[in-house]
Amino acid sequence: MKQYIGRRIGYSLLSLFLLSLTIFFFVRVTGDPAALLVEPGASEADVAAIHHQFGLDRPLWVQYGIFMSSLFQGDLGQSFYYRTPVMELYLSRLPNSLILAVVAMGLSLLIGIPSGILAAVRVGGFWDSAGKVFALLGLSLPSFWVGLVLILVFSVFLGWLPSSGAGTPLHLIMPAFALGWYFAAAHMRLTRSSMLEVLGSEYVKLARIKGLPQSLVIAKHAFKNALIPVLTLAGINLVIMVNVAVVVETVFAWPGIGRLLYEGIAFRDFPVVQGVVVLGGAMIVIVNMVVDILYAVIDPRIRLER
Amino acid sequence: MSTRADAIVAPPRIRWRSVSLRLDDFPVIPTLILVVIGLVAIFADVLAPHNPEVGSLAARFRPPFWQTGGSTQYLLGTDQLGRDVLSRLIFGARVSVVVGFTAVIFAGVVGTALGIVSGYLGGWVDQVIMRLTDTWLALPALTFAIFLAAIVGPSMWNIVIILGLTYWTRYARVIRGEVLSLKEREFVRLAIVAGCSKWTIMRRHILPNIINSAIVLGTLMLGVVIITEATLSFLGVGVPPPQPAWGLMLSDGKQGLMVGRWWLTMFPGCCIMLMVLSANLLGDWLRVKLDPQLRQL
Repeated sequence: MKQYIGRRIGYSLLSLFLLSLTIFFFVRVTGDPAALLVEPGASEADVAAIHHQFGLDRPLWVQYGIFMSSLFQGDLGQSFYYRTPVMELYLSRLPNSLILAVVAMGLSLLIGIPSGILAAVRVGGFWDSAGKVFALLGLSLPSFWVGLVLILVFSVFLGWLPSSGAGTPLHLIMPAFALGWYFAAAHMRLTRSSMLEVLGSEYVKLARIKGLPQSLVIAKHAFKNALIPVLTLAGINLVIMVNVAVVVETVFAWPGIGRLLYEGIAFRDFPVVQGVVVLGGAMIVIVNMVVDILYAVIDPRIRLER
Repeated sequence: MSTRADAIVAPPRIRWRSVSLRLDDFPVIPTLILVVIGLVAIFADVLAPHNPEVGSLAARFRPPFWQTGGSTQYLLGTDQLGRDVLSRLIFGARVSVVVGFTAVIFAGVVGTALGIVSGYLGGWVDQVIMRLTDTWLALPALTFAIFLAAIVGPSMWNIVIILGLTYWTRYARVIRGEVLSLKEREFVRLAIVAGCSKWTIMRRHILPNIINSAIVLGTLMLGVVIITEATLSFLGVGVPPPQPAWGLMLSDGKQGLMVGRWWLTMFPGCCIMLMVLSANLLGDWLRVKLDPQLRQL
């Protein structure tokens, strides 16, 4: 067990190391980073000053050391546009992203789990087919287009919902749906297959032999067990949501991390872009690790593997 | 009486149904859509009624021809620079097809090669490649692609390289798994006995046997790649203007949405949706038909 956790932490550290190396390497190999770090229209003396300030005239491995040590101190540089530390900006936007992700996740579970169960209970029936279409569309439609269609229908034609911004619960409905559909489809598919597996198991057969009615078998015996993998996936997906929301947040002008990343790109605010990517990557690597370890604690089969 | 007659004619009816089922199975419409998009991309120069990159400012924001104010000169209307939406859609197909296919092939070649080498050679080579694949898979694909695109600057070929770099891992994983089981098979062992070199075995005996899986994966990846390309263009780090890309058209058109200029976003969005949906349907079908092993995927 300890060995497994040790190895898993080792892999995650390796992932983080590779992540930092990739980011460091790409920035330097694709041109002069000073061109990205300096504000547009800066004079040559400014560029030279930046070179010196960031140690760009030093050997690469020294530069990497400096890059890493400032990362560990939580220093991601200063935003050109907002004139505040990137970390501060990130933390100020994080709550908004989390609210959106939590609501979108709730929506996706509310849609995904019942429809997945319905599809599994009546395989090949109407709800199964309808669910398949819903899932296929959810996986095929780009979220920004779903968002634009929602705006067109509910803001422009019907005038029911505000098209952009944040503040009231009404502002949340459309972005949460645009973001949640893809995940609803994923959760539906997983619920269906996990439910089918549970329904074929011995203890469900026993419950049926005992003469329990179908509704009770599903609600009391199958449902709870089928839910475990879905909720695990939902936990990981919540973090992924925060990081892929960039498009939806841009469409609806939702002031979260995704919007910050978009602004960073639009204003050529390089420290912001780099910071969002570093923190997002680190977040996903760490959550994956925690989930894997928790899994190993719960399920001995995993930690005995290999 | 009549029910009995029905019962007697029943067998041929069942057979007929099974035949139609088999035909049903083949995704005719998705394939047709993909073929049409491909042809449009090839013959864009001939098909497009106007220059996609040059418009006349006098003819800005014309709606499609069936709405009041629209004319048959611009069938699907014009955008903020007076450029013909239809022509831009037609040339946009070319961008999507070129980026989609080259990125899928690039990712496929890199991923398949690494998957074969890693699976067949095993040992430290396998360890190194698989560690790399795992770390790469742990990174958020979209954010990573945005980051790379923001650094290297917008250009169509940069996007192809970025998408290839982002998605090769999926091939490497699946292909390696297949190679692991293939290399235990008789024909590979016989080839070893016959004295074939490792390189020959990988090329002549392993590669032909995993090419099906690579094609299935490629079809499924096509949808993902096209959505990512559209997303990057939408965010302004993809295909640079004035080149007509569907994602770029969406992002240009979104300002006009609130004043009811729906044609600027709905048409390119429909194009992306049709292409991705078709690729996914075809990929699902190929997966079931070509490669039963991949059904679990």
